[in-house]
Amino acid sequence: MWVVPEQRLSVIYSGGHKMSVARFWRKQQNRYNLIGTHCTTCGKYFYPPRAFCPDCRRDGKIVEHQFKGTGKVVTYSIIRSSSGNFKLLTPYVLAIIELDEGSRLTSHIICEIDKVYIGMPVKRVFRKLGEEGSSGAIHYGTKFVPA
Amino acid sequence: MREVAVIGVGCTKFGEKWESSFRNLFVEAGALALEDANISGEQIDEIFVGNMSAGRFVEQEHIGALIADYAGLATNNIPATRVEAACASGGLSFKQAYTAVASGMSDIVVAAGVEKMTDVGTEVTTDVLAAAADREWEGIAGVTFPGLYAMIATDYMHRYGLTREQLAQVAVKNHENGAKNPNAQFQKPITLDTVLNSTLVADPLRLFDCSPVTDGAAAVILAPLDRAREFTDTPIKVLGAGQASSTIALHDRKDISTIDATVAAGNRAFKMAGVERKDIGFVEVHDCFTIAEICAIEDLGFCKKGEAGRLTEEGQTAIGGKIPINPSGGLKACGHPVGATGIKQVYETVKQLRGDAKGRQIDTEIGMTHNVGGTGATVVCHIFGRA
Repeated sequence: MWVVPEQRLSVIYSGGHKMSVARFWRKQQNRYNLIGTHCTTCGKYFYPPRAFCPDCRRDGKIVEHQFKGTGKVVTYSIIRSSSGNFKLLTPYVLAIIELDEGSRLTSHIICEIDKVYIGMPVKRVFRKLGEEGSSGAIHYGTKFVPA
Repeated sequence: MREVAVIGVGCTKFGEKWESSFRNLFVEAGALALEDANISGEQIDEIFVGNMSAGRFVEQEHIGALIADYAGLATNNIPATRVEAACASGGLSFKQAYTAVASGMSDIVVAAGVEKMTDVGTEVTTDVLAAAADREWEGIAGVTFPGLYAMIATDYMHRYGLTREQLAQVAVKNHENGAKNPNAQFQKPITLDTVLNSTLVADPLRLFDCSPVTDGAAAVILAPLDRAREFTDTPIKVLGAGQASSTIALHDRKDISTIDATVAAGNRAFKMAGVERKDIGFVEVHDCFTIAEICAIEDLGFCKKGEAGRLTEEGQTAIGGKIPINPSGGLKACGHPVGATGIKQVYETVKQLRGDAKGRQIDTEIGMTHNVGGTGATVVCHIFGRA
């Protein structure tokens, strides 16, 4: 109980268990460059990407879309207690951001924790998100800073 | 469809039960329910068990068969099914059992819920629970469950002017009720100051805004209403059932502060039961965080949006108030063994309607349960009445 074997440690600190590189690789374009999707039938934009339009369903036509990467804070919290990769980052600002194209996503706002507010304009930046233990994959993606 | 009644209920004490294994928790609750219904194991036709994540909490899958085996029913080759919908696993297990009896497929059916959460450390628990959100698009951003509900609270407080004190009163009221519940994890009243001075977990939520990590199990036994009196003098009838889903990620909800699946599941249950909000004597709602109770009261239609804080502050949600919420102490004081909570809500409701809820008894003939998975991607509601 009190002695944690090394493998168990990596399980704990990678936030669960080790995932294969493919899990992160297949999302690289979306996460690195904020590439989502767009339904040309109804005009809606999706980030996170959807391969199926929830409004048009089979009538929808989905194409890739490069988001501009600017938006505003819808709501937020300051996370004081977390697990895995995020433990060392506490306190951090978690927020739901509405992109200018209309879709919403969850991300970090990199700023002083008492500076964030509802409606705050933000823009995307490229950042490390975490790693799968000391010998596993390092994954990167998008976070936001005040615009 | 046949009419269905609950004929027996059982629940373990909730808490950090280091001495009990996953399977023994279930067996304890199941035995209490069988004893309460005065039936033997051979009379059971089918089992449903709600469980969120035994795979990660105790590294055990294939829960249906395990439960049937250790309940001594494997030799009868009884059908046993695990039901999973995150923290709504228990409520959904009840709905599956209800459907099995109502359809005529089975007669005597067990609906159970069990979760063993303290075999792993707090950090792993936080991560396992985060799997109820969208792992690829919320998990990657470092969401925690307190963090998600905190974002609901930030939005809600900004739009409706809910005060920090009103939010804290939810926890104070639930601890007051829990102090009268012998199965509750925390049987101790707290003050507003206790909540307001507790550690910040995810602003604006503090430690005492959050339900705890808990081990526990609950089981109830269902039968066709026309057979119920063979087993009990006080069958409790299932009047209505409603289930709904919504987007897995909080960011995809049109309105962050309205759990639309609660609105839909509540309306479905009310429509089926054919009763009005004013007929409901109490509701066991899913108060995984204080803000969740505020949203639930409104989204179930007991007051207008933005009014639940004031209702709570005025004592209208306490026992003796206009609409008592969580007479059991809720998830806050009873504890929240995620898969078991939905069944514990049914357990409390049956105890109340039978008149067996000593010290916290509400005089009424109709009660309701509301069980939520994730931030509201699954909601299950049931309405019960004296038969």
